[in-house]
Amino acid sequence: MEYFQQQFIDLFGTEWGAMLYTLASNMTFIFAIVVPLLLGVAYLTFAERKIIAYMQIRVGPNRVTFFGIPWLRGWGQPIADAVKAIMKEIVIPTGANKFLFILAPVLTIMPALAAWAVIPFSPELVLADINAGLLYILAMTSMGIYGIIIAGWASNSKYAFLGAMRSAAQVVSYELAMGFALVCVLMMSQSLNLGDIVNGQQGSSLLNWYLIPLFPMFLVYLISGVAETNRAPFDVAEGESEIVAGFHVDYSGMAFTVFFLAEYSNMILVATLTSIMFLGGWLPPIDIMPFTLIPGFVWLLLKIAFVLFLFLWFRATFPRYRYDQIMRLGWKVFIPITLIWIVVLGGIMQLPETMRNTFPLNIWF
Amino acid sequence: MNRIKNFFSTFLLFELLKGMAVTGRYLFKPKITVHFPEEKTPLSPRFRGLHALRRYPNGEERCIACKLCEAVCPAMAITIDSEQRADGTRRTTRYDIDLAKCIFCGFCEESCPVDSIVETRILEYHGEKRGDLIYTKEMLLAIGDRYEEQIAKDREADARYR
Repeated sequence: MEYFQQQFIDLFGTEWGAMLYTLASNMTFIFAIVVPLLLGVAYLTFAERKIIAYMQIRVGPNRVTFFGIPWLRGWGQPIADAVKAIMKEIVIPTGANKFLFILAPVLTIMPALAAWAVIPFSPELVLADINAGLLYILAMTSMGIYGIIIAGWASNSKYAFLGAMRSAAQVVSYELAMGFALVCVLMMSQSLNLGDIVNGQQGSSLLNWYLIPLFPMFLVYLISGVAETNRAPFDVAEGESEIVAGFHVDYSGMAFTVFFLAEYSNMILVATLTSIMFLGGWLPPIDIMPFTLIPGFVWLLLKIAFVLFLFLWFRATFPRYRYDQIMRLGWKVFIPITLIWIVVLGGIMQLPETMRNTFPLNIWF
Repeated sequence: MNRIKNFFSTFLLFELLKGMAVTGRYLFKPKITVHFPEEKTPLSPRFRGLHALRRYPNGEERCIACKLCEAVCPAMAITIDSEQRADGTRRTTRYDIDLAKCIFCGFCEESCPVDSIVETRILEYHGEKRGDLIYTKEMLLAIGDRYEEQIAKDREADARYR
């Protein structure tokens, strides 16, 4: 690092060298996040198809391979799908607003990728270690809905418009429950910085993770996360059987793929946030020898993979919610639960010092 | 009491967990998919696939141009022209089956007095142009020559029931 910085300063002078070095190092870091993320998205689609197929006693994609290697059969599928999507024409409907039509997928993927800037992958590995990290995440994830609304409106189609309306209402109502669940995390950790939130869960074992004291909030967050990303069983925005594909019904080729990428990177993002805020981020489950040897980054990846598996499991298991049921769940169940839990948590935190130091409470407070 | 029980089983997600247990179990069950080109499902000797025209063991073609199959064909997929051959027997000069029209009902096979037109077990064939699916007499005879062994065995297996 020092060496490269010196090289830059030698090449471009003190002022320009330092600036260009910051730019170059940040760009490298951004690529190091985005490229594996997009690969992860590609293979998440493959994992989804495989896991759902296995749960339905099918085998899923098992043909496309690399260089004819038999034990890699199926693994080439996401690459083949991507190549196919790139080759396809982007059809713009005659009645569509061209500018917004093209802008919508960009607006959807931008926040989905930008939110990754503040994710801490290990104690020192974070692109932007800002203090309002959680706030930034909330802002970015809510931005994604603009892309969906604009896509639905610009398509000039009733199906797309219905999908966009449903999606907007759903995301807005679940954002509240999600926000309140995160308020509980904030109360526990006393910080908005994601790194500090993980550090707050440090302890001897997984009993210290916020998963245990905030278990109802974990469920609320996970379910809201599923609703937030418009995944089954809350996928009325897409609703293949009712409004064909919802807001992206008129998109084809790469424009459609960009929506797809955004949806799946949002899924990975929600899984990552769940891991960071409730499952102890990069912390090993038990702080003893064999577990501490494995780097924190791997633990985080394992936790993300577990939460993503849950997402796929939900999709394979549950039938789609009716629209009014979704609204009821969001407004009449989740928001009261989170509000009650905030009050209970606040009460516990206001207990006298001596009581907080007795057995079950002294682990967390 | 029951209502309270129901409320808690819903509220504490027991019902959802039960559902997930089912799909979780199925994740590890053996898969029943037949991997088509490598594995094939067993076919009955009565399977009605691609047509063939058979010959007698001495090489003489069986078809006597009675046109019963043409008459019975509900999709009117069969076209036959015939004339007298030098030895005085009546033979077809043209025997076309339009497989795009054919509904694979098996009536032609049933109506044939000399077991000439038969439906074989072949189901993997295709045409790349519309005309490719019109099978002529030569093509049908060639199929019959090629798969005679299988065709004869299938007729043999089904003979008791005919």
